[in-house]
Amino acid sequence: MTWVAIAALALGTYAMRLAGPLLRSRVTVPAAVERYLSLAAVALLAALVATAALLKGAEFAGWARPAGVLVGAVLAWRKLPFVVVVMAAAATTALLRLLGVP
Amino acid sequence: MRSVLRTPRTLRDPLLRDVLALASAAAVVGLSYGAISVAAGISPVRTIAMSLFVFAGGAQFLAAGVVGAGGSAVAAVVGGLLLNARHVPFGLAIGDTVGRGPIARAVGSHVMTDEAVAFSLARPDPVTRRRAYVLAGAALFISWNIATAIGVVAGGVMGDPERYGVDAAFPAGMFALLLPALREGDAARVALGGALLALLAAPFLPAGMPVLVALGALLLAAARK
Repeated sequence: MTWVAIAALALGTYAMRLAGPLLRSRVTVPAAVERYLSLAAVALLAALVATAALLKGAEFAGWARPAGVLVGAVLAWRKLPFVVVVMAAAATTALLRLLGVP
Repeated sequence: MRSVLRTPRTLRDPLLRDVLALASAAAVVGLSYGAISVAAGISPVRTIAMSLFVFAGGAQFLAAGVVGAGGSAVAAVVGGLLLNARHVPFGLAIGDTVGRGPIARAVGSHVMTDEAVAFSLARPDPVTRRRAYVLAGAALFISWNIATAIGVVAGGVMGDPERYGVDAAFPAGMFALLLPALREGDAARVALGGALLALLAAPFLPAGMPVLVALGALLLAAARK
């Protein structure tokens, strides 16, 4: 990575991060639109969860990771503390890998 | 009866405790990033600059991968920007939470991450929402950067972070943060649709695009009654 490339990536990323808040500070958004904007964030986060749980690149990540995420998801559903959810997910996946599950 | 082992004050704040849990996981990944980036031939100073100024794990790992495989810096930049494009809709959704004054907005925008967005989205009240965003953003920025610097110096002492299952910790944590939002109206339907769309698109599109395709799930949102 040249310094120019690092600067381009950093500035481009920052511009995209700043765009939303800047626009929202200038424009008053009607409640109906606001609802769609929140739902858009929900759709994006759900997509991130699904792809991060199941895929490595465009391929299936193997069973250890989704199994750990599933354990965490069930615990979250049962309203266990967030720390427990995160640690149980990691521990399950780590244990499965230790046992040779990819 | 009083417990001998008193919980430290910070750990009694549920938000701070949750944020620290995710920041610890980020630190493990950051350690490995520092080591991998240097091993890929990106100098220590540039690796640290990436974490400070780009501050986006996916794009940073992508850059290290591309450069390490002998690819061009242009490919790393384009790929990284594509991965980070999701920050535009994120910012539109939580714009007011990021900061109201120009300086707060300028600083707040830089620490925008999936995790900070998820932490703030889980809280409907504007004040707690802002606090969640600031805490998550700051904690992740600090842990990511310190860990990168240590990783650069110490190399791969921790080994592959997948050994510790941190790759499962992030989606599980994000799901937990997303859950409260899913209980409202048609959010669950939109979330499920978005997840399916992204998974279906993943084999055909470059990294970053499948997640944007998930925005198509907004069509599943019922029109305002």
